[in-house]
Amino acid sequence: MRGYVPTYSLISPAKLAEALDVLAQDNGAWKPFAGGTDLMVLLEAGRLPHKNYVNIWNLKELRGIEVTDSQITLGGLTTYTEVQNHPVLQEEFPMLCQAAKETGGIAIQNRGTLGGNIVNASPAADSPPALLAYDAELELVSKAGARRIPYSGFHVGYKQMDIRPDELLRAITLPRQTKGLTHYYRKVGTRKAQAISKVCFAAVAGVKNGEIDHVRMALGSVAPISLRCFKTENAMTGQPLNDQTIAAAKRSLTVEISPIDDIRSTKDYRLQVSLNLLEDFLAHLQ
Amino acid sequence: MPKTEINCSVNGEGKTLNAYPMERLLDVLREQLHLTGTKEGCGEGECGACTVLIDGQIVNSCLVPVAQVEGCDIQTIEGIAVSESQLHAVQQAFIECGGAQCGICTPGMVIAAVSLLEKTPDPTEPEIRNGLAGNLCRCTGYMKIFESVVRACEK
Amino acid sequence: MKLVGKSIPRKEGRKKVTGQALYVDDLRFDGMLHGVTVRSSVPRGRIKNISFDQQPAAERIDRSDQPPATAGGTDFIPWDEFTIVTAKDIPGENYVALILNDQPYLAGEIVNHSEEPIVLLAHHDKYLLEEARRHVKIVYEETAAVFSLEDSLAQKEIIWGEDNVFKKFLVNKGNVNEAWAHADFIVEGEYETGAQEQLYIETNGVIATANPSEGVTVWGSMQCPYYVHKALIKLFGLPEEKIRVIQTETGGGFGGKEEYPSLIAGHAALLAWKSGKPVKMIYDRAEDMVATTKRHPSRTQHKTAVTKDGKLLAMEIDFVIDGGAYCTLSPVVLSRGTIHAAGPYSCPNVRIQSKAVATNMPPHGAFRGFGAPQSIFALERHMDKVAKAIGLSPEEFRRRNFIKEGETTATNQVIREHVDLDGLLNRAFELTDYHAKRKRFAEENERGSSPTVRAGVSDARNTPSLTVGLPPRSIALRGIGFATFMHGAGFTGSGEVYLQSVVGAEANAEGQVKVLAASTEIGQGTNTIFAQIAAEALGINYDLIEVAQPDTGNVPNSGPTVASRTTMIVGKLVESAVLGLKQTLVGSGLLKDQFTQADFQKACAEHIAKFGPLKSTSQYQPPPGIRWDDEKYEGDAYGAFAWAVYVAEISYNPLTYEVHVDDFVAVQEIGRVMNPVLAAGQIEGGVAQAIGMALYENVVWEKGRMANGQMTNYIMPTAADVPPIRVFFEENPYAFGPGGAKGIGELPMDGPAPAILNAIENAIGISFNRIPLMPEAMMKSAAV
Repeated sequence: MRGYVPTYSLISPAKLAEALDVLAQDNGAWKPFAGGTDLMVLLEAGRLPHKNYVNIWNLKELRGIEVTDSQITLGGLTTYTEVQNHPVLQEEFPMLCQAAKETGGIAIQNRGTLGGNIVNASPAADSPPALLAYDAELELVSKAGARRIPYSGFHVGYKQMDIRPDELLRAITLPRQTKGLTHYYRKVGTRKAQAISKVCFAAVAGVKNGEIDHVRMALGSVAPISLRCFKTENAMTGQPLNDQTIAAAKRSLTVEISPIDDIRSTKDYRLQVSLNLLEDFLAHLQ
Repeated sequence: MPKTEINCSVNGEGKTLNAYPMERLLDVLREQLHLTGTKEGCGEGECGACTVLIDGQIVNSCLVPVAQVEGCDIQTIEGIAVSESQLHAVQQAFIECGGAQCGICTPGMVIAAVSLLEKTPDPTEPEIRNGLAGNLCRCTGYMKIFESVVRACEK
Repeated sequence: MKLVGKSIPRKEGRKKVTGQALYVDDLRFDGMLHGVTVRSSVPRGRIKNISFDQQPAAERIDRSDQPPATAGGTDFIPWDEFTIVTAKDIPGENYVALILNDQPYLAGEIVNHSEEPIVLLAHHDKYLLEEARRHVKIVYEETAAVFSLEDSLAQKEIIWGEDNVFKKFLVNKGNVNEAWAHADFIVEGEYETGAQEQLYIETNGVIATANPSEGVTVWGSMQCPYYVHKALIKLFGLPEEKIRVIQTETGGGFGGKEEYPSLIAGHAALLAWKSGKPVKMIYDRAEDMVATTKRHPSRTQHKTAVTKDGKLLAMEIDFVIDGGAYCTLSPVVLSRGTIHAAGPYSCPNVRIQSKAVATNMPPHGAFRGFGAPQSIFALERHMDKVAKAIGLSPEEFRRRNFIKEGETTATNQVIREHVDLDGLLNRAFELTDYHAKRKRFAEENERGSSPTVRAGVSDARNTPSLTVGLPPRSIALRGIGFATFMHGAGFTGSGEVYLQSVVGAEANAEGQVKVLAASTEIGQGTNTIFAQIAAEALGINYDLIEVAQPDTGNVPNSGPTVASRTTMIVGKLVESAVLGLKQTLVGSGLLKDQFTQADFQKACAEHIAKFGPLKSTSQYQPPPGIRWDDEKYEGDAYGAFAWAVYVAEISYNPLTYEVHVDDFVAVQEIGRVMNPVLAAGQIEGGVAQAIGMALYENVVWEKGRMANGQMTNYIMPTAADVPPIRVFFEENPYAFGPGGAKGIGELPMDGPAPAILNAIENAIGISFNRIPLMPEAMMKSAAV
């Protein structure tokens, strides 16, 4: 039951500044439209209530991957294909490449963007857990200027984000601090391709003097938002890799996530698999 | 929003389309240009039957609003054969190996395979599987499609 | 010129790979309208009111640029431009003529399932049409509904007839009651299968034109043009020559386009009849998934008596299928499921009781295998269970009971052909290295699975102190399992005799031969196989054969394209029809018994010049000695069976409870293989669908409605999920099939699911008896 196509607007400004001008009008009258891989699905299902969109797909200012000594900055329109093909990302941020490879098929990967994946705010999205575990920062721009915020505070509730209607997600920055860490990414979706996650688990950590160090983990599909699991990280940080730590981490994760039953899976399954993956992650640190 | 003009190239020919900006590229190709080789299977980017190439990259044409193809170079199944009389090696291999059964996924599958071989001329089996994982086929169980891709490489 | 047995490329292959093949949605007619269906939003109830509403003013848009401009311009949805059809507009009978004729085309007062059609709308503007569909408001008075076969059997509500039962069968061989006393072991089990969506990639669709003077013509995606023909005769109350049904290129059927096209064709034709314009009706995926038929869910109970030396003594089988809200094809699905329920085993005493019951779900329908995959799943899981109970290996227990030539099936059908299931099993085991793997997997699984190494399987929330030993084992557990089975080709029992199928052949002056049959090409290779058969029979070039587009105006009724009957039954008629041409030519002295292609072409030209058109027809004759008793449900259920042994190798991930099929070997005897590439393609495709049925494809029901009706959420296997599917044929020509062929289309649907679940039990020691077996269910059992 497709939405009524003639009622939708899609305008295509040539420059970022023009797009920001439009977004600044009428407080939320216009929303950005990037690769379309989520919004067009809603349109086709007749579930796209908002009608006016700004096509940002052609804005060069939102494209490109920039690498410096300390960080790597991905334009909001970086596609999953571009993510997978980038040598620095492959080397230092393998979980992000893995997430990109496991999102949809190649046709989706050519069109779907990292920025879109973030602001679509699906708790089942595959790249957010990796970005959260890599301590990503977001750069939001508007007519009024730019601001940088840690990604971990961006999702505040189901489909609720720290972004104003006049703002665009310009870029995602990852600090290059992953050398020597163990990267552990698992997408659980029953089939091997084109799956929507039932659980998505991303974590990095190191071990120093037998103690867990620099641990950062995030999960998808187990809470209303893609969730950075600070409490469970705290339960592990500085602790020796032993049974007590594993038990404490699992206890913490059990209360930190809040999975639900839906048409794709069950609360019990999501919880149990999350715990299994946590334990397996810690096993990989040894 | 009223219909607008969109200029693009389709199978090497310049076209001016007149459509609502949010119309799906799939519908415009089929209904305005009568290029019905591009099929609709699911309307949600899941099955790949509507796969076309935009600027050399495969996309699901059901997920592309036509306003986004302004200035783009689009290739559909109708533009894949080398000439009237000579099929693309992938098409020929699909015929020989039984890669097409009911045929409804075939145009999208052929385009995905053509694109795969352009990027990876001699793919491994996992590369073939990954390259075609966005194109669902309910008839073949994929075996004959994999064989077709391998056969096309040999040509 | 030997063509049979050769992998001749598909007749319409070139059109398909170039995008030139025309499916129904690719056709356009002048002045064509689009049609949509407004459906019930409740599972059961009385329709109180239907109204055609307006959109809030804020959402209205200016349509002045669109032809024709909205008359008056005050209302956003110009209802006066729409063709609106309800039950009251039906010119003939308001039922889909099939078996019991209980399914209405449009619900009038009562709805019996969600998504039941109530109102039809047509308009030239597709976009506006969808918007209008959202503004038809129907008010219902809901009544209590039944959503499971258990509740239906328990008569929680009576929703159909007097007892909710569409059909019952009883198969009775020997004396089961007396056998229990002589049993050394009695083993019972219960097995369930869920609904499965056919998921052809081309959704259901048709185009219709209709008016009183010219009658009704329908073009569409379908398996059975004459089913649609029969239904439209009743719907419009027109004579048969006023109804014409033409099959367009069809993007997959798998049973899903056996009976359903009669409904959608009727809908489009009703809109065309009322509007006077051609009407195209194409379902989108969501509508196709929630509204059209699926595989019947089933429950099978087994009670089996066995002697201490492992011989089957008695099998008591209770088989129930959920038919949904209307009878449709349930009796015949039940019949096939019933007859296959006791499998390829020799057992002196068998009692099979079966029922198809009503629920308030959209009617379940034909899907490849047609009841057999359900009852064979139960049997092949149960055979492993019995073997375990009596201390034999699964293969040894089966070997002691395999049916052999001269022995009888459950319906007392004497097997008159050579059957070698032992040989098929040996070959399958060799090809898979079964015994070595069984041993190796057991050792590897054991090594990694001491209790302390088991994955975290306790319920963390309820267990304050977690059982945490060593890290969980992320190494997969592996297993191998198999199933042995048979599948009957052609209609059951007297079905083929009642059908009286006819095939025609016509030659032109160039010696080109056209095969005239209503059997449809739906991807399985009808065009190619018929052309191979015809060319071989006449000894002429394959390219001289054309297979006519199925069009009830031009082709005789060769029966429906179902039941693995097209090659074996209709193919035989193709052979005799074209041989009829030759006989005519020989009889008229224009052709000698021995002839070349050039002789044949010359004779055709001469015949046509002298006598006019050169045509021949052939009608079905049962093979000699076939007998079937419909009352007792006894006798020769099928002219021939295909026999098979399938082996699945799986790995189980103890962290995620996911199962992956790593290797699959399908060994079968299908008579003579007509076209190896096409035949293997049938088997591979069927195996992949059955893997979906076993492990991936879960219909989530909410109040009798499919809640996950999207390809995103109802997940069929992708190219990344299927194992290598290795297909092997043993050939044993069947005397009454063309070139010795038997049917194969449905066979591959039967074996994979039980083989996979047998392999899972082999890997992890847990017996699962319900499919689809999703990781969530695996977790529950693994965590106990």
